[in-house]
Amino acid sequence: MTYLDHAATTPMLPEAVEAMTTALTACGNPSSLHTSGRRARRVVEEAREELAAAVGARPSEVVFTAGGTESDNLAVKGIYWARTRAEPARRRLLVSSVEHHAVTDAAEWLAEHSGAELTWLEVDDFGRVHEDTLRAAIAEDPDRVALVSVMWANNEVGTVNPIRELAKACAEFEIPFHTDAVQALGVLDVDFAASGASAMTISGHKIGGPYGVGALLLGRDVDCVPVLHGGGQERDVRSGTLDTPSIHAFATAARIAVEQRERLAAELADLRDELVAAVRAEVPDAVLNGDPGESTVDSGPSRLPGNAHFTFPGCEGDSLLMLLDAKGIECSTGSACTAGVAQPSHVLLAMGVGASAARSALRFTLGHTSTDEDVAALAAAIAPVVERARSAGLAGLRKSAAPAEVSPR
Amino acid sequence: MRVLAAMSGGVDSAVAAARAVDAGHDVVGVHLALSAKPGTLRTGARGCCTVEDAHDARRVADILGIPFYVWDFAERFTEDVIENFVATYAAGQTPNPCLTCNEKIKFAALLDKAIALGFDAVSTGHYARLSLVDGEPELRRSADIGKDQSYVLASLRADQLRHAMFPLGASVKADVRAEASSRGLAVAEKPDSHDICFIPDGDTRAFLGRNLGERPGKLVDAESGAVLGEHAGVHGFTVGQRHGLGIDAPAPDGRPRYVLALEPVSGTVKVGSRDALAVREIVGTRPIWPSGRALESTVDCVAQVRAHGSTAPAQASHVDGELTVRLDEPLRGVAPGQAVVLYRPDAGGDVVLGSALITATGR
Repeated sequence: MTYLDHAATTPMLPEAVEAMTTALTACGNPSSLHTSGRRARRVVEEAREELAAAVGARPSEVVFTAGGTESDNLAVKGIYWARTRAEPARRRLLVSSVEHHAVTDAAEWLAEHSGAELTWLEVDDFGRVHEDTLRAAIAEDPDRVALVSVMWANNEVGTVNPIRELAKACAEFEIPFHTDAVQALGVLDVDFAASGASAMTISGHKIGGPYGVGALLLGRDVDCVPVLHGGGQERDVRSGTLDTPSIHAFATAARIAVEQRERLAAELADLRDELVAAVRAEVPDAVLNGDPGESTVDSGPSRLPGNAHFTFPGCEGDSLLMLLDAKGIECSTGSACTAGVAQPSHVLLAMGVGASAARSALRFTLGHTSTDEDVAALAAAIAPVVERARSAGLAGLRKSAAPAEVSPR
Repeated sequence: MRVLAAMSGGVDSAVAAARAVDAGHDVVGVHLALSAKPGTLRTGARGCCTVEDAHDARRVADILGIPFYVWDFAERFTEDVIENFVATYAAGQTPNPCLTCNEKIKFAALLDKAIALGFDAVSTGHYARLSLVDGEPELRRSADIGKDQSYVLASLRADQLRHAMFPLGASVKADVRAEASSRGLAVAEKPDSHDICFIPDGDTRAFLGRNLGERPGKLVDAESGAVLGEHAGVHGFTVGQRHGLGIDAPAPDGRPRYVLALEPVSGTVKVGSRDALAVREIVGTRPIWPSGRALESTVDCVAQVRAHGSTAPAQASHVDGELTVRLDEPLRGVAPGQAVVLYRPDAGGDVVLGSALITATGR
């Protein structure tokens, strides 16, 4: 099996599996006051400190959640509500047009149900939000902006945003800035304090940790209304019994991912360049989408090291995916799924890609278990697959024989 | 063979896919997403286009151990089936969208794509028997005459049928359900779908009203020419319809009145007695010969004029792309826009000779 979908999820690190299975054998609710509870609480608090140290946050800034989607929802809704509660006129929500659906759909929900005035921040042809775009949007009415949300790096096309510049622009107007760093952690230099962000989303299963656990890093002075109400855990911002084994494994994975980040990022970038070169050699008209990865952003790479995203003109992404799957090569159309149906990606559309070209997209993403053999397998398969998918793409466009006109007589 | 199993999420296509697997074929399951905005859960009698139906199909594929994908055909379906459906009603005719879907989507857009991707055939859960006789397709009625779907498949050409597979043709529905149950498929007891899949509440007139708006016209007595009432558009009517005419006064003879004809240009709906509905001659255009062999002389056959029932012995002849069918006994409610399908009676299942789109009828 050739697994080229690490941005969807990546295998758990052995150390994380061990941390998780060890913790699973111990009973204890971290909120209980007795010995077992205190033991579990210690595991959680040590994990909080371990995670905080890995991502440049203070332990008190770590709010554990059930993953990226929950963290994004908590940040966007919770901070928006807190801001409008404090200052009812603050209803403007500035969100990049290439965010994950966990952000875009939460923002649209606020616009529909909670009086938010939503502004989509435009991106360039690489999918990047520029500082002047953000500043211009803020300047329209800076005193009424409740929140800005721009992802650290895009999950589909891999383009990295200038997070420090964007956060700084917000800080000048005392506007909270949230960033979804789910794809960035473990491959980019993600440091919460240095970034200047008010809130940051991270997730366990994208970095070699378990599924169903994540965190919102939330600055101590950032007010946030809870989405989940209950026992008052996690600063009263996120109620719910703490998932001790997952949290322990998540923190373990985060520590190791950050320790190994520079080496892994360099390896993945080399492998990614190999993959891009191989695809281009086999399919000369394939188009690499997103930042070319040849410059720097915040003195780091301008594209996620493990991301290669192409459009294959004349092919449908779902045809390519099926044909590659049949050859044991797993990748993604890189777009959001409704009922498993590939809709044209809002990210590509925002980048100015046409609707039909957006249907021709395929995303290959590398991770800590990727090898040269994976790239070789793709290189060997891609040309005939594209040729076949292209003929099917044309077949899909061909209308069946036109019926005779029917007229009553 | 490499077989693409079209899986709606219903019991029939599930068992059809299972049988294709059992037959030793290399099977891939595909659910067609036909609605641009699929509902999350099934509502009403609809049985194919929701996220829940896609889920049901996926679970069957899991149990069969075959790959499964959802392919988006919503745009093609909207253009070729829904818009055609609305336009046909607007033209005063009565379409059969299932027939259109088979002809334009399942055995055209989907089949073309499947063939191009390396598949040899598309399998569906239709109830009809298909075999090759001297290399030519032979389409027959199902062994389950109550479920027979040969009528909605009769618009397929030989080149389409050569790549079609109907594994349920020789079975009756009760056995198919029992087989689904013994295979452990959760859809074994799933209710049959009845209404048109893109009109989940079953209210066709309201659906057409939303799409066509009001196109008021007059209800006229076909014999006397007397205006009996007003209506909101000919698209609300079908030839043979009795109920919902909105006429206040009873007919002079006290007998029920039926829709006899629709005139879209003037917006006139002509009504009259049941006897006036009787049709003895049908003219059809765009004939299709599933076997690939066109009628060369007048033949004795049985004609069917809508999806269920309404058959009569007939003689059919074919001249220059026009099919003329003389019925031995009159049929009622023969609506332009529907298909007339010709069968050769046979103890092993009536054989489809051909079909055509009804354009005119005569008494």
